[in-house]
Amino acid sequence: MAAYRCLRCAWLLLVFISSWYVVVSGEETTQGDDRVSVADNPQIAADTAEQPSEERRWEATQVDKAVPDDAAAAAHKQDFPVPDSVLTPTPQFKDTFKEELVIRPLHSGDIYASFQFRTVWETDFTRGSKVSHYRLFPKSLGQVISKFSVQELHISFTQGYWRTMQWGQPYHPSPPGAELWVWFQDTVTDVDATWKELTNVLSGIFCASLNFIDSTNTVRPSASFKPLGIANGTDHRFLRYATLPREIVCTENLTPWKKLLPCGSKAGLAVLLKSEKLFHSSFHSQAVHIRPVCQDPQCKTMSLELRQTLNVVFDLHTSGQGKREWSLFKMFSRTLTEACPLAASSKIYIDITDNPQEEQFEVSPATPLLSQAVVLGDRRTFSVYDLTQQVTFGTVRSLNVLIRWKSTEGDMLRPLLHAERYVAGYGLQTGEIHTLMYNNHPFRSFPVLLLDSVPWYLRLYVHTLTVTSKGKDNKPSYIHYEPSKDRVRPHLLEMLVQLPPHSVTEITVQFERALLKWTEYTPDPNHGFYVGSSVISALVPSTVAINTNITEEQPLFSTFFPCKEESSYFVRVYTEPLLVNLPTPDFSMPYNVICLTCTVVAVGYGSLYNLLTRSFQIEEPNPGLAKRIANIIRKMRGVPPL
Amino acid sequence: MGLLSDPNRRRALISLLTRLNAPICVLCYFAGVCWFMGLAFEPFTLRTYMSENAMGSTMVEERFPSGERALATGREFAAHKKKVGGMPVDWLVKTMQARGLEVFTQSFSRTLPFPDENKERYIVKGTNVYGILRAPRAPRTEALVLSAPCSPGDNNNQAVGLLLGLAHYFRSQIFWAKDIIFLVNEHDLIGMQAWLESYHHTNTTGMDWSPLQGRGGSIQAALSLELSSDVITSFDIVLEGLNGQLPNLDLANLFYAFCQKIGVLCTIQGRLQRNDWDSVSGYSHAVQTMMLMVMKQASGRPWGDHGLFLRYHIEAATVKGINSFRQYKTDVTTVGRLLEGMFRKLNNLLERLHQSYFFYLMPSLSHFVSIGYYMPAFGLLAVILLLRALDLWVQFANPPAVTADGVADIEQQSSPGVLSVLTPLVISHLTGASLYFLPTRFQETAVEHFPVSETEAVVLTAIAVYTAGLALPHNTHRLLSGEGTEQGWRVLKLVAVLYLAVLLGCTALINFSLGFILALTLVPVAAFVTPHVPKTLSAIILVVLSPACTLLFSVFFFQELQEMPVSFQDGWLLYLSVISQGMLDHYLYGSLVYPLIALMVYPCWLLFWNILFWK
Repeated sequence: MAAYRCLRCAWLLLVFISSWYVVVSGEETTQGDDRVSVADNPQIAADTAEQPSEERRWEATQVDKAVPDDAAAAAHKQDFPVPDSVLTPTPQFKDTFKEELVIRPLHSGDIYASFQFRTVWETDFTRGSKVSHYRLFPKSLGQVISKFSVQELHISFTQGYWRTMQWGQPYHPSPPGAELWVWFQDTVTDVDATWKELTNVLSGIFCASLNFIDSTNTVRPSASFKPLGIANGTDHRFLRYATLPREIVCTENLTPWKKLLPCGSKAGLAVLLKSEKLFHSSFHSQAVHIRPVCQDPQCKTMSLELRQTLNVVFDLHTSGQGKREWSLFKMFSRTLTEACPLAASSKIYIDITDNPQEEQFEVSPATPLLSQAVVLGDRRTFSVYDLTQQVTFGTVRSLNVLIRWKSTEGDMLRPLLHAERYVAGYGLQTGEIHTLMYNNHPFRSFPVLLLDSVPWYLRLYVHTLTVTSKGKDNKPSYIHYEPSKDRVRPHLLEMLVQLPPHSVTEITVQFERALLKWTEYTPDPNHGFYVGSSVISALVPSTVAINTNITEEQPLFSTFFPCKEESSYFVRVYTEPLLVNLPTPDFSMPYNVICLTCTVVAVGYGSLYNLLTRSFQIEEPNPGLAKRIANIIRKMRGVPPL
Repeated sequence: MGLLSDPNRRRALISLLTRLNAPICVLCYFAGVCWFMGLAFEPFTLRTYMSENAMGSTMVEERFPSGERALATGREFAAHKKKVGGMPVDWLVKTMQARGLEVFTQSFSRTLPFPDENKERYIVKGTNVYGILRAPRAPRTEALVLSAPCSPGDNNNQAVGLLLGLAHYFRSQIFWAKDIIFLVNEHDLIGMQAWLESYHHTNTTGMDWSPLQGRGGSIQAALSLELSSDVITSFDIVLEGLNGQLPNLDLANLFYAFCQKIGVLCTIQGRLQRNDWDSVSGYSHAVQTMMLMVMKQASGRPWGDHGLFLRYHIEAATVKGINSFRQYKTDVTTVGRLLEGMFRKLNNLLERLHQSYFFYLMPSLSHFVSIGYYMPAFGLLAVILLLRALDLWVQFANPPAVTADGVADIEQQSSPGVLSVLTPLVISHLTGASLYFLPTRFQETAVEHFPVSETEAVVLTAIAVYTAGLALPHNTHRLLSGEGTEQGWRVLKLVAVLYLAVLLGCTALINFSLGFILALTLVPVAAFVTPHVPKTLSAIILVVLSPACTLLFSVFFFQELQEMPVSFQDGWLLYLSVISQGMLDHYLYGSLVYPLIALMVYPCWLLFWNILFWK
């Protein structure tokens, strides 16, 4: 009986595979035909182009119906009524991949492009089950997660500083340099050793200097970094956080990052990621976030989510052309021709919220699809280009979205929360770190959580810590301070501060610069030493809540009180890193110094010591040789010497 | 040192030193002066060379194209300045924003301790405008500053125009690794002081300023631009800053290298360099250039807007465009290219400028004298004081002539009393303190009682206190119980000589020029003065060599060096204004020369005056 069942299964599988093959090859041939016909006769080409597009639209609706299941496997299930027993030995269909690109034209005329690639995999590393088969999820990361029992991993590489005053809030905030924070599972016994090993492995994977993360720049924040995915406990013993503000991000970090994508940089949105353009920009940030998420609303099973994000801001002024316009080609020197074939969804969103009547800029080609979302406390409207539909690419078979500005650039923004930091004072002995946090909300105060991690060689005087807003002392409601230990661990300062409305809150703390041992200086000690960004995490009151615009089509009963459910949103703001000069010996003159010191010690000190401590007396001149011999003889004879 | 271990030889050496003390001192003095004069002789100096690797071999191309546009902007700025009657803040903000900078303003106010008659200001209120060019992909940790003062009248309009032109051009370049701050400061140094104090959040001089909104991290280098004509014939670099601090020599080298590359005539102290070092006129030219630097450095005041940066360990220099009657003119495009080149090289820096010298003198732009070469000149002068001290010490240990009643003498000599030494010390320092505090404290009283302006009141009070101090010896002796003894003045002189040696030594380490000039006049006084020399003649010499007269001579000498000789009448007025400027420099910017003279040098000189009138 069992044998018969097996045979049946195998037969069904064979049928399934062969039919799949036929479908795929058929598609390929039609595509080939299309190409030929386009070359031969443009008129026919127009006709043929219409036909598949109709077909696609129909397919798209099919997919839309299947969207609640949110898995390509589900669509396959509908197409092929195969028994479940057949699918269970092939779990590779349990992962999906989505890609999207959000383009936000900024007030200053610059443009912000945010890529996001998301792979969700219905698997659970936590139960210790050995997973050896990978499909869309990168194996290199999967192995790392299972080996080091990582629950959540967030790593970002950023070149440049996000200018909140000009650009508003980013979708994915990150500090300059490299940032890594990891939640380990509670089964890990020696977290520090695992962390050390993990950083070294990640250093290899991302070609970055993450191996410089050690105990002197690692902290365990108690409140600022909570797990973003589902988690059982939030005991901060299992959290490690480190930044490397010196880290330079370049092509060698981008290439391994791109290799983690299912389509690599061969197809889909990743085609646009050409390093010569990405690094010709004002801001570049790439990140990898891995976390466990719920698979269904009931959250019975867990899946692993991998989000790869890449944010880049292109500068209007350095683009070289006087024209105020942006296109995919101008930004990335590529256009799009297809979606990633492995992607369940592949879309481009363009933020047109500030531009409802196209008075600021115009977007071409126009798209009928619109989408709305509440992002960062603001309801935004987006034009959507769906790359899985052939119609998006039009007759020229490539998509080159063009944004042409009409108005001149605007003033600086007043984001509700922003922060800056600097070192005050002069000289090489002491200094003062000032952190300024601005709350620009007209009438609401909100609490922020400040995390400051300062290296040990800046010795903080915690008794000088002051928090003032509007000229008055502002007592933090929560302070967590871990003092530093020389050459072992940094200072960690976490504070919960209430920011009064429309105010600047200034936090100052004085420090003394330590003298390092001569081997501890960096190869370029005169450049200075970096202090990583402070992290400000806050629940900011949403502007949607302030909005009392009741002209929108809404039920009357819902519009009386201007309060909404999503009345506040989470924001993380990073301040600038600091560059601090420490007292530095003149390393270029070791020889002179050694010579001088030796001379002073040998000649100066020795003789002076002699002169000061001895008393000098005039001594009889030495007796001659003959006299000495005579004396010896006299001694032997027992006669007193001469 | 074996020499000293042997008592016989030690005795011989000491007797030699005491016997030949006077000739050795004279010899040392002349050797010191000759050494100093020799510093300007070209074969004895070093050629300048670029020490910083990042600025040396890396090639940059200068392509700044739009000098004419910059001049047009400058004219527009001048028009707006005239319309507003001061700093056209709104126009500047708008213009900088149009060039793609992040623009901020800062307001400040300062009430001077007494009116400044040279610049006609008393209560100063102003606004600084600055725009930050954010470097792409840099995390706001480092910055460079280009500043141009917004001067009254028609000065410096071209500088502001060029600054805006450069801002526009720099904004479209991708290679910046450091933020560049373009600063237009009002009320020259006061505005700069307000901006710098606010940037570093310090307050050393009691100025009111509004906090800055935007910053660019730690400033690595700064250039201040002064340009008042559409074309220039030469470029001058000013290095001397507050308290005689100098920027790293590499900054001067960078300027020199780019002037050579672009083909612009460059000067230091407004003087071209000459190639005929072996001729007398060539040598005297170099000496004069060096002496100008020494005089400027000794004054301790900032000689350009850059001077205040140096306190914060920011390497800074002022570059001045000069338009004289020469044939060959350079246009603003070339000037812009020169500045572009300098900024691109500074942008390439991987470390702070620290490779080259911080202590140097420059007889010409291509040659410099390092600290190792000029310190012996001062050392030769300082050693005179030590020799005199040794002489006095030896005289204590073995009294020279034991007379018949020697026993009584020794008993008397062995107890000079602490009081007889301490009293003159304390009294002279109190005089010094009153010289420091009284002029500004009692200016109102003085104005009420005498028909003078506040500034004159302050200066004349200072001179009055100074002169009153000369009457001290008589008053000191009234306080003392008995007559001054022979041993008493020796102890006092020993203390005074050692005090002077330490004082001058420390001064010379910080500000060589000031230390050397003071040593040049005070060391002879300290060496020869005793109660037994002819009183009247010595008193005249002592007064002539006092710090105040040194200042007076310096004023005339400086005018002579600048080829602008003045009559005695004008010189005296200039002298009075120099005193008031010195005090203002102290109260406004924290210059230390005035307190040093009032609280230390003058009391020290009073001690010698005291010795002369010892009874």
